[in-house]
Amino acid sequence: MAVAATTKTGARPSRAGRRPSAPAWVGTVPFFAYVAIFLIWPTGIVVVDALKNPNGTWAFSNLSEFGNPLVRGYFIGSLKLCLISSVTGAVFGAILAYAVASGDPDGLIRRLYIAVSGVLAQTGGVTLAFAFLVLIGPVGLLFHASWYFEFPWGIGLIYTYFQIPLMVLVFMPAIDGLKVQWREASENLGASSWQYWRHVGGPLLLPAFLGATLLLFANALSAFATIQAWENQIAYVVPQQISTALSSEVGLSNVNEADLLALGMIIMVAIVMTGYALLLRRAARWLR
Amino acid sequence: MAAVTSLGETPIAAPARRPTGMQAGRRRRLNIFRYVVFTIFGLFFLLPLLAMARFSLEAPNKLGTWSLQAWRQIASYQNTGIPPLLSSIELTLELAVITCAVILVLLLPTMIWVRLRVRWLARTIEFLCLLPLTIPAIVLVVGLAYIYNRIQRVELSTLMLFWVYVILALPYAYRALSAGLTAIDVTTLSEAARSLGASWFTVIVRVIAPNMRAAILNAVVLTTALVLGEFTIAYLLLYTNLQVELYSISRNTPNAGVLFSTSLAALTFTFALLLIVSYAGRRRRGRG
Repeated sequence: MAVAATTKTGARPSRAGRRPSAPAWVGTVPFFAYVAIFLIWPTGIVVVDALKNPNGTWAFSNLSEFGNPLVRGYFIGSLKLCLISSVTGAVFGAILAYAVASGDPDGLIRRLYIAVSGVLAQTGGVTLAFAFLVLIGPVGLLFHASWYFEFPWGIGLIYTYFQIPLMVLVFMPAIDGLKVQWREASENLGASSWQYWRHVGGPLLLPAFLGATLLLFANALSAFATIQAWENQIAYVVPQQISTALSSEVGLSNVNEADLLALGMIIMVAIVMTGYALLLRRAARWLR
Repeated sequence: MAAVTSLGETPIAAPARRPTGMQAGRRRRLNIFRYVVFTIFGLFFLLPLLAMARFSLEAPNKLGTWSLQAWRQIASYQNTGIPPLLSSIELTLELAVITCAVILVLLLPTMIWVRLRVRWLARTIEFLCLLPLTIPAIVLVVGLAYIYNRIQRVELSTLMLFWVYVILALPYAYRALSAGLTAIDVTTLSEAARSLGASWFTVIVRVIAPNMRAAILNAVVLTTALVLGEFTIAYLLLYTNLQVELYSISRNTPNAGVLFSTSLAALTFTFALLLIVSYAGRRRRGRG
């Protein structure tokens, strides 16, 4: 290690460091390059190809395909499934999160539920479809649900299995942020539990709750493995149809169907996540 | 109010119970509510897994019998047209290791560097790292299919999936590492090391990284969980990882016992990893 070099940059790390030949941001180039190649480029391809004809010329008229009843059907299917699973997931997840958070912060139950939630929120997919198939499917051990293969309900129930744990993970910090003093203050003023939740706790948690629901919505929207393992003959939701369009050449005439559907999903997620970010900022005002 | 615990369960050195700001009666009612909730949700989460366990312990074609055959088959299962199960398991584990290594090498130095020297890039990095949460894997795959198909001429091995998996795991790894970085005083550590003559490489690899061991472990486990459960991208790019293999088996032989034993083994593995990490994290916090 050359002494001259260390004293030059090392003595005053904050300011003097900018002087050497290469600027400091050069150190972040590998990261940016990687993200550009494997995240930005593919997304860019999707957006550009969705707006082009198969022969390569620009065709913004492709967007009119979103009015096609067939295409709209997949988006409506996605909406239904996401709404059902995110709302039920959020409500039950919030109840569970409160039950967990109101216990010993370092206790076994809390650690267990957080670890389990971490696994279950991730898992989903093929495994999950199998598990419900043998629990309530045609060969089910518990009972044989006649609605198991009905579109929004059967798969909606399966989705809540990973939505609830995700809600627990996302919503827990908000509940932990409720200050004990607020509860004490309302108790001292003679408030009942109901009044506390109606006027203090509820309004404080509402933005965080709605934000988390939106996150769950986006999560259900992009889920593909579970529904594909549940039923792979009929395409109910957008991801399934993207998969069909990718693996077969037949599609909407003159349109890169997979790209167009993917663009539709990007737009939907963008709307949802913008709402999420806004609500999160609102929630952060009190919970810090 | 906090001291309602009975004498028997309060060892002298035990940390005080978290104050809730609630009267004893309400506290008791809350506890009843909590245990009811834990039981109901516990059943909801456990029953599908138990059903799966039961099916994994059944002898083929003989309902109601018990047998370990499905668990033994994990090592030997083979079906026509798809690679042997064991090879996919090995492959997926290798993928997990590679993905973890790449993500640490790519992300950790970048994050430390940004925190020390190029703070104005912090928001950009955060945005890019969380971006994969909003771009569904199925959208990414539409663009990637184009890229991978171009490189396909060179016959890519399935291990090449790691390039994309790193992107998918970015948000989880980023959050884990970011929590770890916030918990230590990066500036002081690096100033101390720099004034003792350490190079930037030494600062990052030998001073800061060892101080955030728990966070790194956390990032590794979350990444592993993600890779073990990944289906969408492998399936659509026509590679066979563990989940795709299970899916193919279920198409050929629905209810094959080996499906359940393998799924359960994978779940248990991830769960054990996460539990270990949550314990390790707690111990460090206790000492610090």
